[in-house]
Amino acid sequence: MTTKKYPKGGEFLVKETKPQDIFIPEEFSEEQIMIKETCRDFLEKEVAPLLDEIDNKKDGLMVELLGKAGELGLLGIAIPEKYEGFGQDMNTSMLSTEIMGTYSSFAVAFAAHAGISTLPILYYGTETQKSKYLPKLASGEYKGAYCLTEPGAGSDASSCKSKVILDKDSKHYILNGQKMWITNAGFADVFTVFAKIDDDKNLSAFIVEKTFNGISLGLEEPKMGIKGSSTCMIFFEDCKIPVENLLGERGDGFRIALNVLNNGRLKLAAAVLGAGKNVITNTITYANERVQFGKSISNFGAIKAKMGQQCIRLFAIESAIYRCSNDIHNNITELMAAGMSKEDALIHAQKEFAAESAILKVASSEALDYVVDEGVQIYGGMGYSSEAPMERAYRDSRINRIFEGTNEINRMLVVDFLMKKAFKNELPLLVASQAVAKELMSIPDFGEIDESLFVRENKLVANFKKAALLVSGAAAQKFMQKLGTEQEILMGISDIIADCYLSDSVLLRVERLIELKGEGNCKEQIAMAEVFIYDAADRIHKNAKDALNSFAEGDELRMMLLGIKRFTKHSGLNSKDKRRLIADKLIEENKHCF
Amino acid sequence: MKIVVCIKQVPDTTEIKIDPKTGTLIREGVPSIINPDDKGGLEMALQLKEEKGAHITVITMGPPQADLILREAFAMGADRAIHLTDRKFAGADTLATSYALAGALKKLDFDLLITGRQAIDGDTAQVGPQIAEHLDLPQVSYLEDLKFDGEKTFTMKRHIEEGYQILEVEAPCVVTVLSSANTPRYMSVGGIVDAYQKEVEVWGKDQIDVDETLLGLKGSPTSVHKAFARGLKPAGELYEVDTDEAVGIIINKMKEKFIL
Repeated sequence: MTTKKYPKGGEFLVKETKPQDIFIPEEFSEEQIMIKETCRDFLEKEVAPLLDEIDNKKDGLMVELLGKAGELGLLGIAIPEKYEGFGQDMNTSMLSTEIMGTYSSFAVAFAAHAGISTLPILYYGTETQKSKYLPKLASGEYKGAYCLTEPGAGSDASSCKSKVILDKDSKHYILNGQKMWITNAGFADVFTVFAKIDDDKNLSAFIVEKTFNGISLGLEEPKMGIKGSSTCMIFFEDCKIPVENLLGERGDGFRIALNVLNNGRLKLAAAVLGAGKNVITNTITYANERVQFGKSISNFGAIKAKMGQQCIRLFAIESAIYRCSNDIHNNITELMAAGMSKEDALIHAQKEFAAESAILKVASSEALDYVVDEGVQIYGGMGYSSEAPMERAYRDSRINRIFEGTNEINRMLVVDFLMKKAFKNELPLLVASQAVAKELMSIPDFGEIDESLFVRENKLVANFKKAALLVSGAAAQKFMQKLGTEQEILMGISDIIADCYLSDSVLLRVERLIELKGEGNCKEQIAMAEVFIYDAADRIHKNAKDALNSFAEGDELRMMLLGIKRFTKHSGLNSKDKRRLIADKLIEENKHCF
Repeated sequence: MKIVVCIKQVPDTTEIKIDPKTGTLIREGVPSIINPDDKGGLEMALQLKEEKGAHITVITMGPPQADLILREAFAMGADRAIHLTDRKFAGADTLATSYALAGALKKLDFDLLITGRQAIDGDTAQVGPQIAEHLDLPQVSYLEDLKFDGEKTFTMKRHIEEGYQILEVEAPCVVTVLSSANTPRYMSVGGIVDAYQKEVEVWGKDQIDVDETLLGLKGSPTSVHKAFARGLKPAGELYEVDTDEAVGIIINKMKEKFIL
């Protein structure tokens, strides 16, 4: 029996994927959908009616809501049954995160607890630590917080100053320092704290309980959005931590922090997707109700174009989110079959797809900012009023481009992750980019135009990848080890790679969907893939041109620019009509429906 | 105590649309739910289970996809689920439905049989009472509350047009419940995971005690003559005024419409 080879991280750039090899959200099982419905039911009945109270930080309310979520099992979805969770797979966990992302203040508290606070213990904890903390975190009896950032250590996390020394009795560590922007700080019972032991260069991680002495909290930070989530500074003054609460090995902290963020980024993308769908539902309902010039404003082309575009951007990231999550799921299965423990497999698989997760963190947070911005616009004056939901959605969205690593850091990570894989010979980027360079010398293929569905799009997506390989290959060759300091170029390359991943994913999803439901039932989805790829062609062209113009010159530059032009050449699309088609479906359904 | 709850899968009417050309319901793509009154009945059973201890069996009659609502009932806390499904049951009106269900129920031992008052897709409120007649059991309809003394007697609060009736009934009996009786609990994640590890028992006509000629379309004396969509009423007008002014407005409106 031959075992199936599942895709590896970054391979989307150099390998062709078949539609049946990806997972699409239309294929969730009945059981997964039931879990989704329970999440939705909980949110609509318990959270939605209290959004104002939540944002006003009504005493004890967030704790109560997290407690109720815990009773229903929503905090233990990804925790193994052995630790009194429900051992659900990556896709189910992502789906529940998507739904729980709908209302941002609650979503942030939920994600900080169930994600970045609980997972370090699950991934790196000893058996004793796991048995002690995970059941209580899964039930919601304990609330968790993740303490990495400090006043002087944000994006540069390893520069943190919090320090730990071993107590004379050798039974305790003594922690001194301060942490900043700590989500859930106001009510958390368990903190995962990162600090340096003695004069170590590397961070270590510790499980700190609220009841340990020497912990004090700053005031709640006033914030632009997610006002209902608790965010405080935490001060540790001679805080005594039992030695058995060191998480992982000494000096493991940075690795733990980063690996947990690989998961956090993908989860953020899912949560943002949930928030975005809700904004679209609110927007279309309003646009259908609001009458001006004698008709619903949803009938006007300017509004349809915006609504169509909102859907297209979310549909593309959704396609990539669940593709990535399932690729990670398959990778976990493969690693476990080869004898790896589940926890190690989770860490490895998420690291394998770190570039995709960073792409999705950036793309989703920026898509949501677009969606809420146009949401406010469609609401008009009401969009600016705190009485209507858009004002809150607009403010709440902004943080997503900042936390879990700023979008700038994440853009650079995308290139960094992929280059590292290439250097380690895990990803044949070099060979692929040499092949593209060679193709530039050859005579372009002016083959006959085939107007069958997606022939053009498939060719374009393949060419987008060539553009990415061309620019990244040329930049790597030019700057070698110094590429890391050319941040403007890295950000451009990252955006090209992101457009490749999203275009590839949205196209594969719709092709798969057509296999399942037939072309006639996928008109709007086809339109979304076509428009996304049509727009991506121009974005890639511009990003590639900007990058190449910044470092190449002469004949070489001219040749590469011609290549880029060829790789992003689109024969044209009536994107106006396509967006109208999508908007018309929304108008009919009066809610987000894709 | 042994409780059986009858539940039905219905289209979520809040999501339903009417085909403007044919005037019929567009069922495609409309999500299915447990009929709300039935869900209230299940919740009543679950509360009794928590208070006094009980074994709850849910039963439904319907096509294969009705399996979903039995899983939902498991996820809420039901102990056993029976799915009555057979092509011979198809096309049944309320009489043939209650006859088939009663045939299955005869094979079960219970102290209390709960059904919803009525289903939101048919609104007949007939199946529950008909089952009681087939089984020759006492019945109380339109229940809003029910207490059990732990021995043999139920105290019931029955909603009637003018108010309430408080009744005492001895087991075994049949009750029909209103969705207003309670707020059904959420399905828990653990419940959902368990629901897919449990087995739904599937029974066809051969597993139950029935006369085939009284089943399905053949056994249904009711036939639908015509289905049509009622036109939507235009939106009402809202005035925030004092009583005197309100009276004036109403009188004027009635004059406008030649009612006065």
